[in-house]
Amino acid sequence: MNTILGLDLPTCWFLVIGGLITGYGVLDGFDLGAGALHLFFNKEESRRTALNAIGPVWDGNEVWLVIAGGALFAGFPLVYGVVLSTFYIPFMLFLVALIFRAISIEFRSKEPWRWWRKMWDIAYMASSTFITLLLGLILGNLIQGLPINAQHEFTGDLFTFFNPYAILIAVTTLSLFMMHGAIYLTMKTENRLYAKLTVLVSNCSKFFILCFILTSMATLIYIPHMTHEFKRYPVLFLLPLAAVLAVLNLKRNIDARKYFTAFIFSSFTTAILLILFAIGLFPNIIISSTNPAWSISIYQAAATNTSLRIMLLMAAIGTPLVLSYTVFVFWTFRGKVKLNEMSY
Amino acid sequence: MPSVEILARVQFAFTIAFHYIYPPLSIGLGVCLVIMEGLYLKTGLAIYQEITRFWIRIFALIFGIGVATGIVMEFEFGTNWATYSHYVGDIFGSALAAEGIFAFALESGFLGVLLFGWNRVGKGVHYFATIMVALGSIFSALWIVIANSWQQTPAGFRIEGTGMQARAVVTDFWEMVLNPSSVDRFSHVIIGAFLAGSFLVMSVAAWYILRKQFTAHAQAMFKVGLRVAAVAALLQLFTGHRSAEYVSEYQPAKLAAMEGHYDSLAAADMYMIGWVNQQKQQTSGIKIPGGLSFLTHGSFSAPVEGLRATPEADRPTAVNFVFQTYHTMVIIGFTLIGLTLLAAFLLWKKKLFEQRWLMIIFVGAVLLPQIANQVGWYTAEVGRQPWVVYKLLRTSDALSKTVSANQVMFSLVLFTMVYALLFVLFLFLLHRKIQHGPDVTQNEEEVSDLYSKRNLA
Ligand code: HDD
Ligand code: HEM
Ligand code: HEM
Repeated sequence: MNTILGLDLPTCWFLVIGGLITGYGVLDGFDLGAGALHLFFNKEESRRTALNAIGPVWDGNEVWLVIAGGALFAGFPLVYGVVLSTFYIPFMLFLVALIFRAISIEFRSKEPWRWWRKMWDIAYMASSTFITLLLGLILGNLIQGLPINAQHEFTGDLFTFFNPYAILIAVTTLSLFMMHGAIYLTMKTENRLYAKLTVLVSNCSKFFILCFILTSMATLIYIPHMTHEFKRYPVLFLLPLAAVLAVLNLKRNIDARKYFTAFIFSSFTTAILLILFAIGLFPNIIISSTNPAWSISIYQAAATNTSLRIMLLMAAIGTPLVLSYTVFVFWTFRGKVKLNEMSY
Repeated sequence: MPSVEILARVQFAFTIAFHYIYPPLSIGLGVCLVIMEGLYLKTGLAIYQEITRFWIRIFALIFGIGVATGIVMEFEFGTNWATYSHYVGDIFGSALAAEGIFAFALESGFLGVLLFGWNRVGKGVHYFATIMVALGSIFSALWIVIANSWQQTPAGFRIEGTGMQARAVVTDFWEMVLNPSSVDRFSHVIIGAFLAGSFLVMSVAAWYILRKQFTAHAQAMFKVGLRVAAVAALLQLFTGHRSAEYVSEYQPAKLAAMEGHYDSLAAADMYMIGWVNQQKQQTSGIKIPGGLSFLTHGSFSAPVEGLRATPEADRPTAVNFVFQTYHTMVIIGFTLIGLTLLAAFLLWKKKLFEQRWLMIIFVGAVLLPQIANQVGWYTAEVGRQPWVVYKLLRTSDALSKTVSANQVMFSLVLFTMVYALLFVLFLFLLHRKIQHGPDVTQNEEEVSDLYSKRNLA
C-alpha cells in the first residue's frame, strides 16, 4: 500500500501537515489576535473577560503547533532540520515569546497589585503580537524561497529575512489574526466591552482587506512560482475566487453584526490562504531562491514509506480523538464569559 | 569562544534539565489529584474537595511552566541538532508525533475543564477530566522516553545511505518501540515522577502541620502523598535494578563508568561512596568487594568488562561525574525508602504527626526526588557519550552545519536569563500559593484563618 486514493504517501503526509498548520492558524490565530488587541481594553474587568474568553482553550490551541512540529520532524526530517537551523535566531526569539505569553496569561491573575497586572498585560500583548509577526515573517520567506545551496545549506544571514515581501506577509498575518481574534471576542462578551469590540472588529476588517489586496498584488507580480500550478490546473483558480468571496462575505457579516457567521468566514479565509500557499509550494517544501534546481521536494525530504504508513495510521486514529476533545471543550465553555472565583 | 558542539550540548543539557523540574511534578501531582478527587467523590467530604482544588491551583502553575519549557525542547532538535534530526527522523519523529497526538492533545484539552470546569460540568465529568490530564501526562512521558531509549539501545531499524546522508529507517515499528531499554526506563522514570509529586504534597502538608495551620487538611494531604510515595519508593529499587541490568548487557562501558571499573580481567566492586581518579584510572571508597560481579554474574569473583576494554575514543570521558551522579541517585533511593517506611509505620501507630523532627525532614525532603531525577538523567546521558545514538552516531557529528557558535551562544545566554526569571517567579508564586493555603469552608479550628483570607481571583 504505497498510495492512498491515488496519492503517494509523501503527498498524503504533506496534506496532513498542511491540515495541522491550518488548524493551528485557525485556532491559535484567534487567541493570538485577541492577545494583540489586549491593551485596547482599558478596564480591569474587560481585560479579565478577554483573558478568560481564551482561558480554557488557548493551551489546547497551541498544541496544534507542537503536533505540527512533530509531524514535520517525523515526515520530512530533512526539512525540519533545514528550516529550524536556517531560522535559528528568529525561532529562538519565537520560543522565548511563546514562554512569555504562556506565563503572562498564567501569572497575571495570581496577584492583585496594579503594577503586577499591568506588567503582564504588556507582556501578553507584546508577545502575542511578536509571535504573529514572526510567524508571518517565516511564512513570507518560505513563500519567496531561501538562499539554499546544493547541500541544502542556508547561505544568507539574519538580514536576508527582513525583505519587503516577508514584512508585508508579517503585517498581513497580524491583521488577519487581529480581525479573527476580535470576532471571537465579540461572541464571548456583552454590554460595554461588546460595544467597544464591534467598532474594533470593523476597523480590523478594513485593515485586513487593505493588506489582503496588497499581498495578492505583490504575490502575483513578484512571486511567479506561486501561480505555477494554477497554469497547469486551471480549475485551481476556483480557490482564489473562493478566497475573495470569503473576504467579501466576511465583511458583509461583520457589518450585519452576525459574528458567528463572520467567525466561520474568517476561519475559512485563514484556511484558504494557507492552502493557496501550500499549492504554490507543491511538490517542493523549501524553494531555493539561488537555483530552483536546489529546492527540496517532498520526495527528497520524506521519511520512508514504512514510517509514513505508521504515522498515517496514527493520524487516522488520533485526529478524531483530538477533534472530539476540542469540540467537547469548546462546547463546555460555550456562551458569554462569566467571571467567577476560578477565573484568571 | 567554545566550540559549537560544547555550546549546543550545554544548551541542551541546561534547557532539558530545567524542563525536567516540572514534568515529574505534574505527573506525580496528577496521580495525587486523582486520588484526592476520588476520595471526595467516594466520601462526599468537603475537605477532600478543598484539598483537590488547592492542589489543582498549584498543578496549573507547574503545568504552565512545563508546557512553556517543553516547546523549546521539541524545536531544539531541529535548530541545534539538524544532522541528528535527519538521522533519527524516521524513527524518532513517529514517537514525537505520537506524543503530540495521543498525549499533549489529551492533557491540554482536558486541562481547561480541570481548571475552569467546576461550575460548568458535573462532578463525574470533572473527575473524568482529572483522570485524562493525569493519563495524558503519563503518555507524554511514555513516548518521549521511548524515543530516548531508542537512542540508548537502537532496535528495529536499518541504516540507509552513507556519510552525512546516512540515516536510520524503521523496519519494525514494535521492535523499535519495545527496544531493549524502553520498558525498564519508562517504569523507572514514571515512578521517579510519582516520587517527585508525592513528596511535594507531603512537604507542603508537613509545613502546615509544623505551623499548626490547616491541620486537618494537611493531614489528609499527607496521607494521600504517603500512600503514593511508600509504594513508589519500594518499586523504584526494583525498576532501578532492572535498569542496571539492561545497562550491563547493552552498555557495558556506561556500567563500568558508573562503578569506576577499569580492568576487564578483575572482579568488579560495588561502592557505597567513592571517588574515581581518572588520571591513575583508580577508584577508591567504601565498597562491597566483588559486589558488581555478583549482581551481574551471580559470583563475587567473576570478571566484568572494564573501561579499558573500550577504545579511548569511544568511552565516556566524565567517568567520575557519572560515578558520582549514579551514587547520589542510589543513596537517595535508599533514603526515600527509609523515610517513607518510617512514616508509614508511625502513621499506623497513630504517632506520625506529633513527630516534629520528622515533619521538618519531610519539608526539606521534597528536594531529594528532584535531585535523584536530575542526576539519574545525567548518569544515563553523560554515560552514553560520546554517542548520540549508541554506537551509531557521534555527538560531534550530530550538529546543525549552518549554525555558528555565536548564534548558539546568543540563545544560550537568552535562555539562561529567561529561565532564571522564570524560576524566581515560579518560586515566588508557589510560595504565595502555599501561604494562601486551601480555601477552607467548614472547619471550626480554622475559622480565624477564614477571616483573614483574601480572594485573589
Ligand atoms: C528524546 C530524547 C531525549 C530525552 C527524553 C532526554 N534527552 Fe538528554 N539528550 C538528548 C536527548 C534526550 C540528546 C539530543 O540526544 C543529547 C544532546 C547531546 C547528546 O549527546 O544527547 C542529550 C544530552 C543530554 C545531556 C548532556 C550530556 C552531554 O552532553 O554530556 C544532559 C545532561 C541531558 N541530556 C539530560 C537530560 C535530562 C535531565 C533529561 C530528562 C528529561 C533528558 N536528558 C531527556
Ligand atoms: C527532549 C525531550 C523532550 C521534549 C522534546 C519535550 C517536549 C515537550 C513539549 C513540546 C511540551 C509541551 C506540550 C504542550 O504544549 O502541552 C512538553 C510538556 C511536557 N513534557 Fe516534555 N519534552 C521532553 C522531555 C520530557 C521528559 C523526559 C518527560 C517525562 C518523563 C516529559 C514530560 C512532559 C510532560 C508531562 C509535559 C506536560 C507539561 C507538564 O506536565 O509540565 N518531557 N514537553
Ligand atoms: C534505589 C536505587 C536506584 C537504582 C539502583 C537506580 C538505577 C538506575 C540506573 C542503573 C539508571 C541508568 C539507566 C540508563 O543509563 O539508561 C538510572 C537512571 C535514572 N534514575 Fe535511577 N535508580 C535508583 C533510584 C532512583 C530514584 C529514587 C529516582 C528518582 C526519584 C531515580 C530516577 C532516575 C532517572 C530519572 C533516571 C534517568 C532515566 C533512565 O535512564 O531511566 N532513580 N537509575
